[in-house]
Amino acid sequence: MSGPQSPAGGAFFVDGIAFWAPTLPGWEHARAAFRGEAAPLEVAAQRPAPELLAAAERRRAPDTVALALEVAAAAVRESGCAADALPSIFTSAHGDLAVNDYMCSTLASQPTLISPTRFHNSVHNAAAGYWTIATGCREASTAVSAFDASFGAGLLEAASQCSADARPVLLVAFDVEATGALASVTQSTGLLACALVVAPEASRRSIAAFDWTLADDPVGAPAARSAAAQSLAGNAMSGALPLLEAIATMPSSGDDSDVLALPLAPSLALRLVPRALPPAKTTLR
Amino acid sequence: MLPALPVPAPIAPLRIAAYTVTSAAGVGKATLLAALRESRSALTPNDFGPTPLATWIGRVAGLESTLLPRPLAAWDCRNDRLAWLGLQGDGFIDAVHAARERHGAARVAVVLGTSTSSIGATEDAYRALDADGAFPADNRNPLVHTPHSLGSFVREALALEGPCVTVSTACSSSAKVFAAAERMLRLGLVDAALVGGVDTLCGSVLFGFNALQLVSAEPCRPFDAERSGISIGEAAGFALLERDDAGDDAAPRLLGYGESSDAHHMSTPHPDGLGAERALDDALARAGIDAAAVDHINLHGTASAKNDEVEAALVARRFPATTHASSTKGVTGHTLGAAGIVEAAATLLAIEHGWKPGTVNTRVLDPVCGPQLRTAGVAGRVRVGLSNSFGFGGNNCVLVFAAADAAARR
Repeated sequence: MSGPQSPAGGAFFVDGIAFWAPTLPGWEHARAAFRGEAAPLEVAAQRPAPELLAAAERRRAPDTVALALEVAAAAVRESGCAADALPSIFTSAHGDLAVNDYMCSTLASQPTLISPTRFHNSVHNAAAGYWTIATGCREASTAVSAFDASFGAGLLEAASQCSADARPVLLVAFDVEATGALASVTQSTGLLACALVVAPEASRRSIAAFDWTLADDPVGAPAARSAAAQSLAGNAMSGALPLLEAIATMPSSGDDSDVLALPLAPSLALRLVPRALPPAKTTLR
Repeated sequence: MLPALPVPAPIAPLRIAAYTVTSAAGVGKATLLAALRESRSALTPNDFGPTPLATWIGRVAGLESTLLPRPLAAWDCRNDRLAWLGLQGDGFIDAVHAARERHGAARVAVVLGTSTSSIGATEDAYRALDADGAFPADNRNPLVHTPHSLGSFVREALALEGPCVTVSTACSSSAKVFAAAERMLRLGLVDAALVGGVDTLCGSVLFGFNALQLVSAEPCRPFDAERSGISIGEAAGFALLERDDAGDDAAPRLLGYGESSDAHHMSTPHPDGLGAERALDDALARAGIDAAAVDHINLHGTASAKNDEVEAALVARRFPATTHASSTKGVTGHTLGAAGIVEAAATLLAIEHGWKPGTVNTRVLDPVCGPQLRTAGVAGRVRVGLSNSFGFGGNNCVLVFAAADAAARR
């Protein structure tokens, strides 16, 4: 049993990664673009249609659900884990803004005509619910939010679960475009989603590893470096981009410039230090 | 048979250094304890909003005239007012300030649950859009129109600088905060955690649950053979968690928790309660106890047809007849994202005051109920108490609490 004497933090290994944005629809394309080796699409891709959903649901699903299930499935596939064996953490600053816009407009005009399906789709854990249903996963799932620190907060919860219970977990992060009157206060453009499977130990699937701690003197949110990542800065989940860029450009230089400080609160950050992966031959799981 | 799932290791108990609850019964623990002892429902006919549905609600009095301190005024909305009102109960702010002094502001986490957060303020804006279709000038703070309104408000109000997150998993939200906080404490990331939750009445939940045909026209009657749906309530509750370093003090303990998913349906529980049972098994394993050690269960017991049928069957097959199980929803209403913390507080009150509440408003129990299900409250020692919370998306959480001496003897 761990106690206060335990080191405050831990390490995680990235065993699966996925990404989706309309101009970078998939991790391979995004990775190349973050490395400066490819350009984003000039014509935006249609939103993903996750195979996990039945045909009718694929069309009806809110954008958040379609995005989240697409990246979750891709990251889990790459990790080699069984989807139904992974606890999951879903993070989003604002949830499904189009469903919220529908709910609030309908309540303002004809409240008794609210659609029951869109009501249950308005819960912040809708994507988590659809994911666990589609994969038959009975493990714990959670849905969190922390405004502009939502990626850091989600990653902290994932890293904590991974370290505390010594199990691989799935992190899914997404935000969508603000629509309707909500767009007059809520800043978020386009669609952006990513997913990571993080594990407590190295495996032959591991593509990156980080030691993590809390740091109470952050220097401010890290900025995206590549033009491709900078073009996505308007999305409320753009806080995920510096970590994704770091993974895309590994192996890292090994100096202090590799250290990431993801904001958790006004004066607190999740500090991530890249760790060299052990040689592939010795990392069979 | 279910596939074998990993069994979690027991955790070290956590001290509940302080807690408070505000509901339709009133501000502070004493108001809820009195209502539970007297089996008194605090539900009233729905008078909320411009076009109230014919139902009953658990409404907190005085929110309309609650003022936030000037430095916090930018967060003004019903949900953050209720958070502020709730923080005033039972000297809770003093307890948090003492913890901040003891550990440092960056060593105290804020982990709060809510289902709809400040969506009521967003609904208000949509009824008062300006000529350009934008939010009115007096209701444009982006920090209010987002789920983290609650977490950011409480962090600011109490000047805390540790990790701060809002958990939003519908009706299990403010139960799951105990689990997230326990992990942070176990890993040594923080030395204390402020957990809890707040949800307020709003159009989204009243008309939304009505659209799902889950709202009763009468005060809710959990586990009644003729139950006809839920009564929606609002509430705020908070607890301060610390590691059990202090030794043999009298504070009650968090002994365990279990989290699971139904993997069945977005708004209907698994018919055999498989997800709920997995959360129960996980909670007992983390607590290191058997079901036979449980003296009292505060059930989710919403008075919806399906929840109560599934939950009653689970209790009937897993607990001895001596376990006293009841739902307090007839007192407070279903406070949704705040239900986890309200019912955690009710369970802690049962442990501290030796009163096992009844199931208020219920007349004739559904035949599916076992001998554990009680309509009448009774005095008696509660060494170990459970609290169940189940939410949309099939999101389940079971909490285990214990008296200090029972936690030590386990």
